[in-house]
Amino acid sequence: MYPINVTITKVIKETPSTRTFVFDRHFDEAIAGQFVMVWIRGVDEIPMGLTNKNSITVQKVGDATEKIFELEEGDTLGIRGPFGKGFTLPGKDERILLIAGGVGTVPIAHLAEYASSAGICMSTILGARNADELLFVDHFTSCGELHITTDDGSAHRCGFVTDILAETDIKAYDRIYTCGPEMMMKAIFGMLEKEDALEKTEFSLHRYFKCGIGVCGACCMDKQGLRVCKDGPVFNGSQLIDSEFGNYMRGPSGNKKQF
Amino acid sequence: MIDITGIEFKNPTILAAGIMGTTGASLVRVAKEGAGAVVTKSIGPEPKEGHKNPSMIDLGGYGFLNAMGLPNPSYPDFRDELAIAKKDAGTPVIASIFGGTEEEFVAVAQGLLESEPDAFELNVSCPHALGYGASVGSNPDAVETITKAVKDAVDIPVWVKLTPNVTDIVSIGEAAQRGGADAVVAINTVKGMAIDINSGYPILGNRFGGLSGHAVKPVAIKCVYDLYTALDIPVIGVGGVYTWEDAIEMMMAGASAIQIGSAVYEGLEVFSSVATGIENFVSEKGYSDVTEIIGIAHERI
Ligand SMILES: Cc1cc2nc3c(=O)[nH]c(=O)nc-3n(C[C@H](O)[C@H](O)[C@H](O)COP(=O)(O)OP(=O)(O)OC[C@H]3O[C@@H](n4cnc5c(N)ncnc54)[C@H](O)[C@@H]3O)c2cc1C
Ligand SMILES: Cc1cc2nc3c(=O)[nH]c(=O)nc-3n(C[C@H](O)[C@H](O)[C@H](O)COP(=O)(O)O)c2cc1C
Ligand code: FES
Repeated sequence: MYPINVTITKVIKETPSTRTFVFDRHFDEAIAGQFVMVWIRGVDEIPMGLTNKNSITVQKVGDATEKIFELEEGDTLGIRGPFGKGFTLPGKDERILLIAGGVGTVPIAHLAEYASSAGICMSTILGARNADELLFVDHFTSCGELHITTDDGSAHRCGFVTDILAETDIKAYDRIYTCGPEMMMKAIFGMLEKEDALEKTEFSLHRYFKCGIGVCGACCMDKQGLRVCKDGPVFNGSQLIDSEFGNYMRGPSGNKKQF
Repeated sequence: MIDITGIEFKNPTILAAGIMGTTGASLVRVAKEGAGAVVTKSIGPEPKEGHKNPSMIDLGGYGFLNAMGLPNPSYPDFRDELAIAKKDAGTPVIASIFGGTEEEFVAVAQGLLESEPDAFELNVSCPHALGYGASVGSNPDAVETITKAVKDAVDIPVWVKLTPNVTDIVSIGEAAQRGGADAVVAINTVKGMAIDINSGYPILGNRFGGLSGHAVKPVAIKCVYDLYTALDIPVIGVGGVYTWEDAIEMMMAGASAIQIGSAVYEGLEVFSSVATGIENFVSEKGYSDVTEIIGIAHERI
């Protein structure tokens, strides 16, 4: 598939470091947690979760994302996808817990949108660096509770999402979903492992992608050789036992980078 | 069991270089899926990040274009990965290596020896990494000297992987044979390009790259056929093998074994399904052994 040309119809400033780019093409087949490869012509092509069927939300961290930030309504991007394995969607009567941190809130917000449209009850633990960086707060209110933490205490509770998780009755939930910085997810992994709850937990991971379609091997994880772009990016917690998760990842050359 | 250059394989399917071959764990995974042997990503003297993305696109049905740009962690950092593959794959592990000069090829080969690969595959054929791959591999003299230098430096089999992007692949194959190659591998990707008509931009970050998959099979079959005619050493066929029928076709052209690259996109089961298909075909047709079909097309004129 050649990249599909999409035209940006709207740019929304979400937080000082993130913007949502809405485009004129709906990827109706996309499941929350899947990703697209976003081609910023002449610069790079990078993986991005879909915020919903027709938008991405980008955090400015480097060259390519900086270039995206220069784009305005009427500008175009090339999009390939959706790719990868998304979240296992919850059933109607299941109680779900969402745990999101930073820009990892993107796929979780997409899942929350699905859950609320399907009438599924969800509780959420949402974390950000500070009050200004909180993302998509309004996506997360469907019958359950919404807990917010900020690292600096500028809004709601000061601390980390794991502080709330420690006070949560994990047994009350049928499924748990999380996405955020790997150190945050590692801490969550440890807590849920102790509670014997990994089987019902899904983690959305980040690794360096080249092909994005499961051929080149750039995104492979130790020790099972799982490809994050094709076998993931969403993994069941039990798949991550005894893996590199939380310890290191590989950069573009394949060299290991410790977290 | 089949024997190629003194290495025993439980079936004639081999994972091609550059496909899921950057880590020991992923090589082990492919081996467990049924590959008869696995080849690593091409490893060079220095860490390389490769080209900017897009580095690979699916052309939709007929193949893929890629310009990865030989990303690799360099041989000192790949030793451990190779050792993991050797320890756990349960199949032969072939180290694909590249360099810009014969000295670099030798340094990489010697550097990886301690992890005990079963053979080296010299990549003198990558079409899109300046100063490497095909820029070396379209010159018969360079291919001969590099092959000879590596052969002299190591005591394991040396395979040489050839580029189809030359006027006469046979003359390059002959150069490899003169240099002492134990086998040749044909083919690497065919030069190609794709352009986005909405913007006019070439799609690959490197602008052009290499075509693989279904579209290159007829090119690969012809190269294998010609090399089989001209050489005394085994030819290993690669390019567009997805099914056992493709594999049989390649072997009838003269391949002693086949490598599978792009078809991994369809699923890792491809190795076991091709291997089983070959086995069934051989017994149903009443051949005593898979080796009987190798080069059979040369007798049918
Ligand atoms: C499945 C998946 C979904 C993602 N979803 C989002 C999202 O919804 N919103 C968002 O803002 N970010 C998302 N990211 C992260 C995003 O891809 C990187 O922030 C982006 O690639 C940075 O590019 P850059 O050129 O600006 O930064 P660079 O300066 O090139 O790199 C900064 C960091 O970004 C990461 N990165 C760079 N290139 C790649 C690549 N090809 N593949 C993976 N990581 C890369 C690396 O960790 C690198 O250290 C996602 C990543 C993955 C793997
Ligand atoms: C993503 C990708 C990366 C590759 N990397 C290498 C490499 O590092 N070294 C090499 O010799 N060949 C490399 N190749 C070429 C393949 O090994 C193979 O020769 C070619 O793809 C044709 O086979 P196929 O049609 O089965 O894919 C690569 C091919 C692809 C698609
Ligand atoms: S990025 Fe190529 S296999 Fe995942």
